[in-house]
Amino acid sequence: MKDLAIYIHIPFCSSKCYYCDFISFPRMDGRVEGYIDNLMGEVALYRDVLRGYNIRTIFIGGGTPNYIDGRYIYNILKYIHKNFNCGGLEEVTIEANPESLDLEKLRIYNEAGIDRISIGLQTLDDRLLKGIGRGHSSMDFYKAYDLVRKVGFQNVNLDLIFGLPEQTLKDSMDTLKKATSLDVEHISFYSLILEEGTPMDNWHREGRLVLPDEDVERDMYHMGVGLLKAGGYEHYEVSNFAKESFRCKHNLYYWKLKPYIGFGLAAHSNMDNRRFWNHRTFSKYYASLNEGLFPIEGEEYIDKELEMAEYMIMGLRMIEGIDRDEFYNRFYVDVEDIYGEVLKRHRIQGLLDMDGNSIRFTSKGLDLSNLVYVDLLPD
Amino acid sequence: MRKVKQSNVRNFSIIAHIDHGKSTLADRLIEKTGRLTDREMQSQVLDSMDLERERGITIKLKNVRLNYRGEDGEDYVLNLIDTPGHVDFNYEVSRSLAACEGALLIVDATQGIEAQTLANVYLALEQDLEIIPIINKIDLPSARPDEVKKEIEEVIGIEASDAPLISAKDGLNIEAVLEEIVNKVPAPKGDKDAPLKALIFDSHYDTYLGVIAHIRVMEGVLKPGMEIRMMATGKHFEVVEVGVNTSGQEAVDQLEAGDVGYVVANIKNVKDARVGDTITDHEYPTAKPLPGYKQVVPMVYAGIYPAEGEDFNSVRDALEKLKVNDASLIFEPETSVALGFGFRCGFLGLLHMEIVQERLEREFDLNIVTTAPSVIYKVKTSSGEVLEIQNPTNLPEPTEMEYMEEPIVDASIMTPTDYVGAVMELCQDRRGEFKNMEYLEETRVVIHYDLPLNEIIHDFFDALKSRTRGFASLDYEFKGYERSELVKLDILINEEPVDAFSIIVHEDKAYERGRTIVERLKDEIPRHQFAIPIQAAIGSRIIARETVRALRKDVLAKCYGGDVSRKRKLLERQKEGKKRMRQIGSVEVPQEAFLSVLKYDED
Repeated sequence: MKDLAIYIHIPFCSSKCYYCDFISFPRMDGRVEGYIDNLMGEVALYRDVLRGYNIRTIFIGGGTPNYIDGRYIYNILKYIHKNFNCGGLEEVTIEANPESLDLEKLRIYNEAGIDRISIGLQTLDDRLLKGIGRGHSSMDFYKAYDLVRKVGFQNVNLDLIFGLPEQTLKDSMDTLKKATSLDVEHISFYSLILEEGTPMDNWHREGRLVLPDEDVERDMYHMGVGLLKAGGYEHYEVSNFAKESFRCKHNLYYWKLKPYIGFGLAAHSNMDNRRFWNHRTFSKYYASLNEGLFPIEGEEYIDKELEMAEYMIMGLRMIEGIDRDEFYNRFYVDVEDIYGEVLKRHRIQGLLDMDGNSIRFTSKGLDLSNLVYVDLLPD
Repeated sequence: MRKVKQSNVRNFSIIAHIDHGKSTLADRLIEKTGRLTDREMQSQVLDSMDLERERGITIKLKNVRLNYRGEDGEDYVLNLIDTPGHVDFNYEVSRSLAACEGALLIVDATQGIEAQTLANVYLALEQDLEIIPIINKIDLPSARPDEVKKEIEEVIGIEASDAPLISAKDGLNIEAVLEEIVNKVPAPKGDKDAPLKALIFDSHYDTYLGVIAHIRVMEGVLKPGMEIRMMATGKHFEVVEVGVNTSGQEAVDQLEAGDVGYVVANIKNVKDARVGDTITDHEYPTAKPLPGYKQVVPMVYAGIYPAEGEDFNSVRDALEKLKVNDASLIFEPETSVALGFGFRCGFLGLLHMEIVQERLEREFDLNIVTTAPSVIYKVKTSSGEVLEIQNPTNLPEPTEMEYMEEPIVDASIMTPTDYVGAVMELCQDRRGEFKNMEYLEETRVVIHYDLPLNEIIHDFFDALKSRTRGFASLDYEFKGYERSELVKLDILINEEPVDAFSIIVHEDKAYERGRTIVERLKDEIPRHQFAIPIQAAIGSRIIARETVRALRKDVLAKCYGGDVSRKRKLLERQKEGKKRMRQIGSVEVPQEAFLSVLKYDED
C-alpha cells in the first residue's frame, strides 16, 4: 500500500490577521456546522479512491481550527478513521491560536488522536502582535502553552514570524530566546511575506509600513538560525527547526513531493501526477457535494519535466538537500544529465554545495534560492 | 461617377488644433453629403490608424470626395484633403494645402487659437488659400464665440463675424459649413489642354495595386495608358488606373485640371512617388515642376534593436514594410556592444519616432528596444573635415575635434499670460535664447525662442504641458546649425561603458543629466548577487555615481502543499522577466532601463 498525507482545511477564525491571505472567514459561526457536514461528505467520496492508501499523517490547518467546537474536530478525525486505512498513522497535527485554546478542546483533541499542536505565536512582543492584527497577547500564549503541556502533548510547534513592521533585530532574537527556553519540540521561523491584496501589502504600497531593511532582515534570519542551532534545534528546512526526531512528518510529504489529499474549501491535492484544488466558495463547494461530485475547481497535470523541476525546488528547501540516488530512483535519469549546467553555474556563484551524493544550498543559497529555482523551471 | 464642370469643384482642407473637432466635422460633412451609409460610418472615418484614433490626431493624410447639391440647386464636387495635425509633418501639411484653394479653420469656441493652428494658417496663407473660420463646440457652456471671433480677426486678420457657429458633435449647423465651402472657396483654375502637371500630396502602398499616389491635377489631363514622369526623380511609369476616393476607391476615365484623385501606375515603392513631386506627361512634359518640392530629412535619430529573444530579421522585414508606406522613415543596420545587431533609424520628429515604435510593436508584434533619441550634430575635425554624427558612439575623440555644431529651431510657444514666467523659465532651462513676445490679445501671448533641437526631443512638450496645465502649445521649425559646447556623456555599468546609453549633451547640462540617468538606472536595474556601480562619465572623468546594492534576499520563506502551484507561478513570472533582460557583461538590464534614459527629469 502507498503512503498518503491528509490535509483538512478549517476556513474559520475569530479575525483576519493583517498579513493573512488564506481562505478563512472571521466569525462565521453559523456556517460551521453545515461546513463540517459537507467536509464529511467529501471524505466519504474518497472512500474508494483511497482504498489502496495507507494514511501516515494528518494536518488540520486553517483559518484557526481551534476556533470551532472541539467536537467537530473529533468527529472529522473519527470519520477519517472509519473511511480510510489509518493503522499506520504517525502524526496528527492541529494548528491553534493561543486565545481560543482551552482545556476542554485540548482534551478532546487528545481523545481524537491528535498528537501534535502547532501554535501560531508569531512573536512574544505585545506591541508587534497588535500591529499585525493578532488576537492574543504574550500572556495568552503562556497560559495556552501551559494547558497544552498539562493535557500531555509532547510535540509542540511554535510558528514565529520575523521581519515584522517596526521589529528590530533585538526584538526578534528576544522572542527566539524565550521560545527556545521553553524547550518546544519544533519551531517554524518564517520571514514575513507580504501577499498581494492583504492589508499589510496595501499599507506597504502606500508607504505606511516601516519594514526592517533587507540587510537587517537577513541578519535576523542568520542570527536566528545560529540561536536555534545553539538551542539544540536541527535546521532541516529553510524555515523549520526541530529537536531530534521531531521533524514535521506531514510537511516532509510536501517537500518530498509525495501524494497528499486535501479536504475542505480550497484545499489542494497531489496524486498520480495531477495537482487539483477545491472550490473556494461555500456555495460551489456545497453544490458539488450535493450532487455527489468531487468539489474540484481545477487541476493541472504535472509532466515529468515539471515534476523533476518541482522535485528539485521542493527538495532544495530541505537543508540536507537532494539525494542523487533518490532522484535517479524516482526519475530513472541522472540529475546531472538534466540540471548539470545550472547546478554547476550556481555552485560557482556560491549558492550550491555539492558532494558525492547530495546537492544542497549554501547559507548564501538559502537567501537567494529563487535565483536557482528560476533556472530549474522548464523554459 | 457624376461629372461636374471645373467651376463647380471645390478643393479644401481643414486646419484645426488637436481636439478641436476636425475629425468629427469631417465625419459630419461626409454624413450630410450622403457618401457613406451609417454602417460604413464608423466614427472618424478619416483617421483610420488605431494609433491615430487613440490619440485623436491625424498622422496619415486622407482625402475624400463629397457630392453636394447646393442651395442654388447646382451640383458640386467637394474634395476634402485632410492634413496631419503635428509639427513633425509640417511638410506634408504644406503639400496638402498646396493641393487646395481653401481651408476651413476650425477653432474651439472655448479654447481659441493654438500655436499649431496658427502655424498651419501661415502655411495656408503662403499658398494663398481662402481661409474660412468655423467656430466649433458651440454647445459647450464655456463657449465664448464672440471673443474667439475677435481673436481670429486680431490674430490672423481675416473677417470672422459671419463665421458659422457649429457643433460638429451634435451635427449642429453643418449645412452652413457646406454653403461656406461652395460660396467662399474659389473654384480651381488650370488649363486642361496644357501639358499635365499634377501634385502628389500623399502616397501609400497597397498590396494589390502597388503604390497609390494621391494627387491634385493642376493642369492637363491624366488617364490610363499614359506614360507619366516623376519630375524630381525622373522615373517614368505607365498609368494603370485613375480614380477618386469616395467611400472606397472608384476608378474614373480620366482626371483633369482641378480634380483630386489617385493614380496607380505599377510603382513599387513610395519613394518613387514622393510627396511634393510633380507628375507630368513623359512625352509632352511641362516646362517647370510645381514649386515647393523638397526631400524631407530626418531630424531625430535613434537605434531600434530587437529585444532579447527577438529576431533581427523580423525587425528588418517590419521596417522595410513600414518604409514602403513611409518615405520619410530611414534606417540602416548598426551594431551596439550592449544591444547587438539593430538599426539606426531617422525620424521626422519624436512623434514620428513613437509612431514607428508603436507600429512595430502593435502591427508586427515585435519586442524592441529603442535607444535615447539624438539629433544630427556636425563635427569639425582637426583635419578640417565636417562629419555628421547621428550616433553618439561615432563621435571622434575630443582631441580630434575642432568644434561641434548642433541644430537650432525657431520655436513659438503660445500661452495664456499667466504662464509666461513658467514658459520662460522652462526655455531658459533648456538653453533657449529669447527672441520676442507678441500679445495676441490681452490674456494670450506668443513667445519666440531659439531652442536647441536636442533639448526639445527630451520631453520638452510634456514639460511645457505640465507647467502650463496643458494651456500652452508649441510649434517649431528648423533654423540652422550653431556652434555649441557639447560633450559625450558615457554611462558605465559595472565599470563597463554601455554604448546604448551614451548621449551628447551640452557641457552645462552634463552633470545634471548624468546624475538623473544614474539615479534612474539605479532604480531600474534589479539587484544582483554583487554590488553594481553605475557611473556617468565624460571621457575618463566620472561625474556621477550610484550603486545598486547586492541582493541579499530572494526567497520563498514558506511553501507547503497548497502553495506549490501558486509559488511556481511566481517563479515563472520571475523567469519571464529575466528573459526580457539584456545581458551587459554580467549584469542583466531590463528594457525599461533603456527607456528610462529617454525621459527628461521634471522636478
